[in-house]
Amino acid sequence: MAQHIFNGLVGGSFLALVALGLAVIFGMLRVVNFAHGAIYMLGAFLALSMPSFWWALILVPLVLAAGGMVLERTLVHRLAKLDPLYNFLLTFGLTLIFQDLVKWRFGVQSTPYPTPGGLTGSVDFGAFDFPAYRVFVLAMAALICFGVWFLLSRTRVGLIVRASTERPELTQALGINVGRWVTPVFGFGCALAGLAGVLAAPMRAVHPLMGADLIIVVFAVVVIGGLGSIFGSVAAAFVIGVLQALSEAYLDSALVSQILVYLVMAVVLLWRPSGLFGREESPA
Amino acid sequence: MLDIENLSASYGEAQVLRGVSMSAGKGEVVTLCGRNGAGKTTLLRCVMGLLPYTGRVSLDGNDLARKASYQRARLGVGWVPDDRGTYATLTVAESLSLRVSKDGWPLQRVYDAFPNLYARRASAATKLSGGEQQMLALARVLRMGSRLMLCDEPTEGLSPLLVEQVGAILRQAKEHGVTVLLVEQNLHFAATVADKYYLLAEGEVRPTTPDDKELLTYLGV
Repeated sequence: MAQHIFNGLVGGSFLALVALGLAVIFGMLRVVNFAHGAIYMLGAFLALSMPSFWWALILVPLVLAAGGMVLERTLVHRLAKLDPLYNFLLTFGLTLIFQDLVKWRFGVQSTPYPTPGGLTGSVDFGAFDFPAYRVFVLAMAALICFGVWFLLSRTRVGLIVRASTERPELTQALGINVGRWVTPVFGFGCALAGLAGVLAAPMRAVHPLMGADLIIVVFAVVVIGGLGSIFGSVAAAFVIGVLQALSEAYLDSALVSQILVYLVMAVVLLWRPSGLFGREESPA
Repeated sequence: MLDIENLSASYGEAQVLRGVSMSAGKGEVVTLCGRNGAGKTTLLRCVMGLLPYTGRVSLDGNDLARKASYQRARLGVGWVPDDRGTYATLTVAESLSLRVSKDGWPLQRVYDAFPNLYARRASAATKLSGGEQQMLALARVLRMGSRLMLCDEPTEGLSPLLVEQVGAILRQAKEHGVTVLLVEQNLHFAATVADKYYLLAEGEVRPTTPDDKELLTYLGV
């Protein structure tokens, strides 16, 4: 049981990191960034080009943050005042472009990525042994979630980001230039997705569609947590990760595990249409 | 202070405001009356810069046309929205520190005026009662040192005691030279604070008085 819960938390770590970025971007920009999964995939592939895993862990998020900010300023920003469908189409188109670029450069086969040196063994927790790399992934995810929590809840920047994420129009009307924070937040969200991609590389098959596989589940996670709710997205990610691992283990069915997230989403939406921690959109 | 000239605004094909002109002087409370859906909230949103419009909105003679809502707020326009504008993820204390101006009320003065907000300063704003949320929305604008307060039905759903408290705050603001554009259906309350009245009907505005028979008939009072 503990082994399965642990595996679920590790799976939830990837969901949490990607969902965290997606929730922050949606909250502040009201943009459903369909390219977020592709950015996660780019993170994994960029890691292949780095001299080592440790360099990748630092450089890839920085590269993707910069790329994300350029993307926001040059494309996403221009569509902000139009129907949200335009940005959905834009980010969906970007996903296809990123995937094809990677297929062109690396091919369609999965590319192996070795477990980084020093994290190849296992860690003894008394009754259980857990693979060291998975413990590292969970610790990193916990550390980053804590860091983001600290930034958001204990700093002035976090106060502004929270307010802007929850009610951008009202926050703007209170004298805060929400637009000034949009580009860095978009870059930050991309960095988190890229970091998740780097962490996923040694554990999961690195292939051009790895982001497409993940992003659908992440969308469900964000909806369950409550669109735009940062805490809700992280909590839902870990809960879904554990539920998937337990259903795979005890029901012995990958299919049930895959369907489970959508069942949970349906039940949550019937019970609370705005998600577990979301709030109803206020009238104009 | 505030001058609105020939303002028109639409939601898509539907024109909501047609050539609205009105003004409010320094320290005046101007009440805007009208039925639900008449465009009162739309007018406030235009003044706040949250909706596109044609015509001119000026503050102390300066045209606000090219100013975004955050710039208007920094120039002294404060918005108290009809849904009270509460943040679920912010505590009362955090809501009151979002935007602070040196001309605004110090925190202690806010807490002295609204003891309930002090008692619940660590609570999420959405956990407050309706009246407390309204006080928070007003206090937030007072903290900003706004010279023009756009108050959208601040007494809606409040008990008579709280309505009295809202009135006291508006009168206090007025004494300090703050101009208030008040959207209000409660004419009895409006009569306790207002200096001028306008009726907004069919997208057009005209001056009125609280004993105007046409106004009373129109509002069904």
